[in-house]
Amino acid sequence: MCQECGCGLPGEKPVGISAHHHDHDHGHPHHDHGHGHSHSHPHSHGEGEHQYTHSHSHSHEHGEHDHAHGDTIGQHRVLEVRQAILEKNDRLAERNRGFFHARGLLVLNVLSSPGSGKTTLIRETVRRLGQRLKTAVVVGDLATDNDAQRLRESGAPVVQINTGTVCHLEAGMVARALKELDLNGVQLLIIENVGNLVCPASYDLGEDSRVVLLSVTEGEDKPLKYPPMFQSAGVAVVSKIDLAAACDFNRETVATNLRRLAPRAQMFEVSAKTGQGMDAWCEFLIQQHQAVKARDPLGA
Amino acid sequence: MHELSIMQSALDQVLDQARQAGAARVHAIRLRIGALSGVVPDALRFAFEALADGTPAQGAQLVIEDVPARFWCAACHQEFEAARMFAECPGCHRPSTELRAGREMELTSLEVD
Repeated sequence: MCQECGCGLPGEKPVGISAHHHDHDHGHPHHDHGHGHSHSHPHSHGEGEHQYTHSHSHSHEHGEHDHAHGDTIGQHRVLEVRQAILEKNDRLAERNRGFFHARGLLVLNVLSSPGSGKTTLIRETVRRLGQRLKTAVVVGDLATDNDAQRLRESGAPVVQINTGTVCHLEAGMVARALKELDLNGVQLLIIENVGNLVCPASYDLGEDSRVVLLSVTEGEDKPLKYPPMFQSAGVAVVSKIDLAAACDFNRETVATNLRRLAPRAQMFEVSAKTGQGMDAWCEFLIQQHQAVKARDPLGA
Repeated sequence: MHELSIMQSALDQVLDQARQAGAARVHAIRLRIGALSGVVPDALRFAFEALADGTPAQGAQLVIEDVPARFWCAACHQEFEAARMFAECPGCHRPSTELRAGREMELTSLEVD
């Protein structure tokens, strides 16, 4: 058939779109000669030429597509799809979520630029929570297990995911990492994402909440520069608050920016180094876990 | 840089759909991309050029519909389009916590033959 538009050869009987199977090489441009998409044929199929037999069967096939997928514009068929591009990731994320719910786990997806202090905050959080909230960590980096080693100092079970060249974690990577993690007795699972304020925003991992970090050295306008990430945050943590004065960091400005962009997000100011704000942060996690425990495992 | 992997996912869906429909060529691909999706349309176009090479979608027209971020204001009972992505109602200046549109990344339709 014609590879350009699927029509028949000029002058041939109007037949269904993919009617002809004989090869021909006629390279004509797209044209609109209104060939029909009717599936009735005036000729008799029983004694038809070879070509017509083909027409018949293919016309039917075309008919099915037409009904299933929509209209025909000019020579082209339009296939209505309406599918999320990350549908596969979203499905895996929902599977993770079901697994987390069934176990009564509170799950956080921790995100920030590289160097905002995710690993240090998580390590100190695990230490402070101790037996009050047993925690496990999944950490993603392009390469090395340096972060996993630092996190293990806290005593928590840790699995490192190396993403290679991939700039974000995906739900499937987390699902695989969970198989290596002993979740017995674990109440809080912290997923430390790859340091990146752009790409991970698009990928649901099945978490209860996204925790987005912003260190005082990065400037108060960071939320305005990365709206998708901050808009999706359930919690915004301003980290390295002990350096605020040295950086001329204006806490009111960042608070205003966060409120305008992410009014849903709860804000914390912490220094994992000096411990400032860490008690309030840990209390918040314990409360969140209580809420998760009270949740109906069937999601009702 | 994740536009490359997002475009690859989209292209996989496109080629799947085309194959199922018995189509030989893909002529046009329509996507809807939200302002808060974290995906840059130009980067998607660039990725598409590179990825579609040698597939039935090579040379297809990539039509990207931008979806603005829209929030719901519970006080004014109206939807508003976010200016500078701010979730702040232009009527009452109250913040909204309900995002109605803007995170879309959707393969809408194809034109094939």
